[in-house]
Amino acid sequence: MCHKIRHPRYWLILPFKMAGLEIISDQGYRIDGRRSSELRKVCARMGVFTQADGSAYIEQGNTKALATVYGPHEVRKGRGKIQHDRAVVNCQFSMATFSTGERKSRPKGDRRSQEMSMHLRQTFEAVIVTELFPRSQIDIYVQILQADGGNYCACVNAATLAVIDAGIPMKDYVCACTAGFIQDSPLLDISYVEESAGAPFLTVAMMPKSEQIVLLEMNSRLHADNMEKVLDLATQGCKDVFAVLDRHVRDHVSESHALMTAS
Amino acid sequence: MAVHITLPESRKKSAVPDAPKHLVTPGDVITTDTGYMRGHGTYMDDDKLKASLAGVVERVNKLICVQPLKTRYNGEIGDVVVGRVTEVGQRRWRVDVNSRLDAVLMLSAVNLPGGELRRRSAEDELMMREYLQEGDLISAEVQAIFHDGALSLHTRSLKYGKLSQGVMVQVSPSLVKRRKTHFHNLPCGASVILGNNGYVWVSPTINDEKTESSGGYEQDLEPVPSTDREVIARLRNCILALATHKLLLYDTSVLYAYEASRQHQVKDLLQPDIAEKVADDTRQRLQMESG
Repeated sequence: MCHKIRHPRYWLILPFKMAGLEIISDQGYRIDGRRSSELRKVCARMGVFTQADGSAYIEQGNTKALATVYGPHEVRKGRGKIQHDRAVVNCQFSMATFSTGERKSRPKGDRRSQEMSMHLRQTFEAVIVTELFPRSQIDIYVQILQADGGNYCACVNAATLAVIDAGIPMKDYVCACTAGFIQDSPLLDISYVEESAGAPFLTVAMMPKSEQIVLLEMNSRLHADNMEKVLDLATQGCKDVFAVLDRHVRDHVSESHALMTAS
Repeated sequence: MAVHITLPESRKKSAVPDAPKHLVTPGDVITTDTGYMRGHGTYMDDDKLKASLAGVVERVNKLICVQPLKTRYNGEIGDVVVGRVTEVGQRRWRVDVNSRLDAVLMLSAVNLPGGELRRRSAEDELMMREYLQEGDLISAEVQAIFHDGALSLHTRSLKYGKLSQGVMVQVSPSLVKRRKTHFHNLPCGASVILGNNGYVWVSPTINDEKTESSGGYEQDLEPVPSTDREVIARLRNCILALATHKLLLYDTSVLYAYEASRQHQVKDLLQPDIAEKVADDTRQRLQMESG
């Protein structure tokens, strides 16, 4: 069938065997053993760095992302960026050189990173209450340490936790999830193998409590009849991610609050 | 050179006695009653009062606000702050005080050398850089708040001014307890300024008679003896240990932490397990004193 070299960190599929690869098996299991509407395991941690105002680390399956937030602070470089009535949100996305199967020569500055940075900035400008901080700047830096599909989603989820950790007011969480359509069934939370198999997939970032979509991205072709199913599955996935993140935030806040009030 | 290596440890979940009464996360509905005034950390959405921060809801009569765990410094008039000069401008200095905008120290708000009282002239403006340059540390008091939130500072008293020999520690502003005075001469042999903005300054004991005459302009650049340096280094590590374990900083807690740390070497206080032990000892002692 196909040889899987099981490296402790990620699976490496030899290319010449990909013709016999089944994304979904006959019993309905995917390559990593999930069902079609199951999310990958989400582990999160807030307050990773003490020197940043806010920071968070998230693992979604094998995708690992680290986010740090600085701000709001005085606009440092370039007085031209100052907005007199709201804060400027500055996002930077980068991928570590060791994050992909082949070493990445340009961690940031290439077109894809700039596009991702712009998407992140649009996402967070819509959610952060910037009117409270005129003339200041909020910096969000996200780095992918290991890429296994769903890079943008891991970034958004990590940055949400980091912004909450920094104490910057937001209207709601922003949770992101991908959903694809392979072999006539919608799949939730696409991994890198499923992405490279060529199936159409879309990425949704939404505010789970108010059920508003902040960003929707799709770069492939999907028949309009299937769109609703896939979108519903993605929104359900976002709500599942929200449930995990919210529980983590509550645990973190109650633990820290107990430490502070115990003295 | 000795290198200290530790294996990663999983974080211990400290025994949480009880969950806070009303814990909210961004987007949570706090109340649908329209009779409340909304404070910090809340916003109105369709007649519903929602939280915009993750924290504990505090209600004072009709005012509802959400207190976050950590936030940038929000200045109040009368606070003592320690700040770093970032820019020398026209008749003012811009000072970084860990707030969302840099604070402003006007030329008219500092004491002139010799304590003269006169109108600031053009020569004074040209002499600004001789007094405070970019990178200097000062202690000051908040005089006023501009409408956009920037603070206006003054160093009109002799206890404020340029800080010369010592160590600055940066902690979260929410960890500095509000007290009547923030300048402490600790009996262990050092002085501490606990700035409300989270910047703490530890220096050798300030001699009150010396500062009276100089008016905050002269810097004492005599070499500090090594016993004083050790006390200062130990205090700095204690303050960091207290801050890591989220203990409130005030003169008593810093002093108790210093006494609890005497059995360890100064450099050992930077290790996480010893820092935790010092913080736990301090917490126990404070609880015994209060309870």
